[in-house]
Amino acid sequence: MAERSFAHEIGKLRLGSGQEFRGEGILAVTKALLQSGVGYVGGYQGAPISHLMDVLSDAQELLEELGVHFEASASEAAAAAMLAASVNYPIRGAVTWKSTVGTNVASDALANVASGGVTGGALIIIGEDYGEGSSIMQERSHAFAMKSQIWLLDPRPNLESIVDMVERGFELSEASHTPVMLELRIRACHVYGSFMARDNRRPPFTLQDALNSPTRDVTRIVLPPANYAHEHEKINQRWPAAIDYIRRNKLNELMGGRTGEVGIIVQGGLYNTLIRALELLGLADPTGETDLPLYVLNVTYPLIEEEIIDFCTGKKAVLIVEEGQPEFIEQALNTILRNADMPTRVIGKAVLPRAGEYTGEVLQRGVRAFLRAHDPQRLGGAHALAPEGPQQPPKEIQALAGLLPPRPAGFCTGCPERPIFTAMKLLQRELGPLHISCDIGCHLFSILPPFNLGNTTMGYGLGWAGASAFNKPGKKRALAVMGDGGFWHNGLTSGVGNAVFNQSDNVLVIVDNGYSAATGGQDILSSRAHNRSKSTRHPIAEAVRGVGVKWLRVIDRTYDVGRMRDVLREAMTTPEKGPKVVLAASECMLNRQRRERPAFNKAVASGMRMVRERFGVDPDTCTGDHSCIRLSGCPSLTIRPNPDPLRQDPIAHVENSCVGCGVCGEVAHAAVLCPSFYRAQIIFNATRFDRFLSGLRRRVIEFLQRRAERRRLRYAF
Amino acid sequence: MPSELPQTTPSSVTRPIRIAIAALGGQGGGVLADWLVAVAELNGWIVQSTSVPGVAQRTGTTVYYVEMSPKPRPGERRPVFALMPVPGDVDLVVAAELMEAGRTLVRGLVTPERTTVVASTHRVYGITEKSAMGNGIIDSSAVFAALNASARRLICFDMEALANEHNSVISSVLFGAIAASGVLPFPRSLYERAISDSGVAVKTNLAGFAAGFEKAQRRSTAQASAPAGTAPTTELGRAFTERIEREFPAHLRGLIQEGVKRLLDYQDAEYATLYLDRLREIRDRDRSVAAGADHALTGAVARYLALWMSYEDTIRVADLKTRAQRFRRVRDEVRAAPDQIVYMTEFMHPRFEEVCETLPASLGRRLLASSRARRMMAPFLRKGRQVNTAHLSGFLVLYAVAGLRRWRRSTLRYQIEQERINEWLAAIRSMASTPDGYDAALEIAECQRLVRGYSDTHERGLKNYRTVMEAAQRYAGRRDLADIIKRLRNAALADEEGNRLRAALKELEPADEPRLATA
Repeated sequence: MAERSFAHEIGKLRLGSGQEFRGEGILAVTKALLQSGVGYVGGYQGAPISHLMDVLSDAQELLEELGVHFEASASEAAAAAMLAASVNYPIRGAVTWKSTVGTNVASDALANVASGGVTGGALIIIGEDYGEGSSIMQERSHAFAMKSQIWLLDPRPNLESIVDMVERGFELSEASHTPVMLELRIRACHVYGSFMARDNRRPPFTLQDALNSPTRDVTRIVLPPANYAHEHEKINQRWPAAIDYIRRNKLNELMGGRTGEVGIIVQGGLYNTLIRALELLGLADPTGETDLPLYVLNVTYPLIEEEIIDFCTGKKAVLIVEEGQPEFIEQALNTILRNADMPTRVIGKAVLPRAGEYTGEVLQRGVRAFLRAHDPQRLGGAHALAPEGPQQPPKEIQALAGLLPPRPAGFCTGCPERPIFTAMKLLQRELGPLHISCDIGCHLFSILPPFNLGNTTMGYGLGWAGASAFNKPGKKRALAVMGDGGFWHNGLTSGVGNAVFNQSDNVLVIVDNGYSAATGGQDILSSRAHNRSKSTRHPIAEAVRGVGVKWLRVIDRTYDVGRMRDVLREAMTTPEKGPKVVLAASECMLNRQRRERPAFNKAVASGMRMVRERFGVDPDTCTGDHSCIRLSGCPSLTIRPNPDPLRQDPIAHVENSCVGCGVCGEVAHAAVLCPSFYRAQIIFNATRFDRFLSGLRRRVIEFLQRRAERRRLRYAF
Repeated sequence: MPSELPQTTPSSVTRPIRIAIAALGGQGGGVLADWLVAVAELNGWIVQSTSVPGVAQRTGTTVYYVEMSPKPRPGERRPVFALMPVPGDVDLVVAAELMEAGRTLVRGLVTPERTTVVASTHRVYGITEKSAMGNGIIDSSAVFAALNASARRLICFDMEALANEHNSVISSVLFGAIAASGVLPFPRSLYERAISDSGVAVKTNLAGFAAGFEKAQRRSTAQASAPAGTAPTTELGRAFTERIEREFPAHLRGLIQEGVKRLLDYQDAEYATLYLDRLREIRDRDRSVAAGADHALTGAVARYLALWMSYEDTIRVADLKTRAQRFRRVRDEVRAAPDQIVYMTEFMHPRFEEVCETLPASLGRRLLASSRARRMMAPFLRKGRQVNTAHLSGFLVLYAVAGLRRWRRSTLRYQIEQERINEWLAAIRSMASTPDGYDAALEIAECQRLVRGYSDTHERGLKNYRTVMEAAQRYAGRRDLADIIKRLRNAALADEEGNRLRAALKELEPADEPRLATA
């Protein structure tokens, strides 16, 4: 994180007993880790948990004071493997990532650590990227918890509950020798709230203690015969221990009324949304006070049979509010009640949608349908605040839906990745359509307008592997894209090594912008910036050559669209066989601006001569065809109504947010577009020589301009 | 049994205030949410905010959601704040762009019973609007209509412009408008303290806030009026104005005046006279057919003929680029301070064709046909040229090219364009005089829109134009000819690759035999 500072957030991590913490959910979790005496933290950045990683990366001093080891892991698998430190020693450890994608990557190590079990508390904090705003496939992390027997916490989304559950999670893990997952949905990660802080704690047993006097226990290692024993241990010892801890400490909560023939079982994370739905149905007040019995599952795996049976006793039916699919909890409830020979009906997906986020509106409909069928009096007696949906919106609003412009995510102003795809688009004009295998990262925006490039994406770092089947001689080669983040995550082996070993004849473009940009601009191995606590500046080119790539072209200024296109053409058409790599390297503009803009302003303020560049469009030569926009998509390159009374189509226009990256000019050249673009150089604090020269130029130019003006005046209207 | 159930009593607990903020990535929606949190806390309230930034941080839409309520008294329970807005349950909707305001309507967040809407009316165009080959801008009147119909109270004006006026950002103006809306029971001073406490760009943000506050209190009135036609200032102008008034219907005079002005600026009085002569022939056609009562064809040709006659050749581009007025405009556009020096660099890419076309016609034609000349010139024209117009070297070259204007009539390009214009006018005239052909003639006139831009873009446009014109001839006599031309023209403007145009042409083919006009 060379370009951002989190000093303000670190201050919050230092709060002590009796002080109020105010801030975001994920930062509260970070604070809770330190309060719990965590010994080490690792993880891989990604929305919505990036903030945890970013802040700790910047908090070296604090971590050193507390004796906590922090690692920005190479991947989620590397992070999960870190939990090995809690297998033999009573050290608490926490790892974090975006789920389910990160959990997919981590599951090898997770399965191992879950099999052998842990001594110190092992907590996995997963940012569940599901529902609105999610950028990944819609799946549940719940399945991972079940398959490896990892306990799953899903606390009510307020800071107090979340922070409490971090502490409880460690205790549960230690009591049952089982790793524990803490699941936080996106909104809970970003929720601003408060809780009363406690003092941070140094871990009682440190990593140094462990290193100085190591212990080992062969029965913790997954190899016969221990692996068979582990399965029995899970069922016979760890499971009952967990049930016992959860019951004794009342991690699940009974809320609402105690009587009535129906009740609701809800995942903790959905509690607030459920309460709002009940409030709108007239069944709860704004504080959540309700007569409906509620059983809130802050632990969604394992389920506590006794609590469920108690809750369901005397009830005709219960509604289970469980987001996502498959409906694991609903199935388990049915099994539990059937085994106990209870007649209570379990209603879940029958009244709630199988797929999609459970919003307040969705829950309102579901609860209404549930009560209508199983407790109509209760529904009839309530004064609903919201009218019964789904209502048809008025006609003028329905018409709007089709009218509003879509807002796909796109490259930032001045992004160095844009010209790479401009070049690809220009190359396609020559070679025809290409098969392009994409990766995860900002560059995946190429699949959207205005570029519309790319066929598939198979996962982080898997861009080239995703093209590996197309290693067949033909008229065209397959083209793959991979970012520097994906490259170091696993692409070096799964993509580049794989292509070398299998003698691929395809082409890979590595987009090297110097950061893990899409996740917030974190430093990686090949970052060019100096990083106090990490080792950077390990060039990708060396790694690529190191695994045996012979054909490598490095472009260190992607803004040169013409050159970019020429090199891509060469890669796609050269008779040379074997894997071909084009390394397209230019710094992420967002991060560059974070560093350069303040420096520029400071220099200007101190009176230094500085030159700012930006682009513009001459409105009288722009004919409104917008070819330039179709080859760029830059947010600062937009349109505006044509000032010309004769022309009707809007003209291109460059906003003042332009950072002068140069792509507009390069595109105008490479694509032989139009002469409307100009690059303006604005000289701040001009020197005397500047003034002299500019004065000289101006005098001549203005003389000639006046002459031309006089000539034109002959034909003035 | 059911009678035993106690009914939930209506609570005495205050209902939290619900606020949804719709913004685009980079518009500062997060800052606004932070200020709202701060103002609530300064007032001793409890507050929660959340958002789903995700990948929307780049150019997508983000909704921030804030709930707040008075601090519960000791012994009272805290309200349970929700993490997302529920349709029909939002008190205040804030939108930092007009279409995003529209999106909150579609999401059902705005309801007449409850919701005050504070929205900026400016537009941030979507990529589909921007990249359209013609005019892709969405008509926003539908959004205004729906906002007026749906909001309990609507405060909307161009907050982006106001923010720019005060050198601030849109979130400060929105914040001011929120304060003025009175939805939140906080005094103005508290809002200002929230801004001051944040410590970032305090002065300009307070200015933006104040401007937003004041503007929101005033009823904003729409004041769009058509600019009045200009009176001539010279003898020449008066002579042309007289002729226009004598020969053309009153409602077209403003447009034709613009055409004359353009061609005077482009070339000279003779050229503007040629424009009016050409236009008069179209007017005659209008007068000779019943359909031409309101001179629709003259109107259309007046516009497109002026545009075509002022085709963008190298001389024109050099002329426009070197004008003093353009130098001033660039300074304005890049917001240069008076003491700053501004230089501009142009990106020119003249091809062999452009060079030949600027030469005298016979020479140009011979060169154009000579592959040897093309080869010899190739090294000089392979790469684009960067010309620094505010340096003498660059300026003098462009100035010299602009000076070729005197000899424009002898250039190859002039000859080519005049031939094309005459063909086009002939096609319009002959189409207008066929029975039922008037509408088709109108459509042909509008096909000039296809031909524009420079080099490759111009060539592509010309090719499309020819394709449409050929089709117009091929299907002459069909009753739906006007519709066919319009469809083809729109298809040509739909994509660069010409896929839609090809598809549209194919669609027409099988229908060749039936539906032939009886005439």
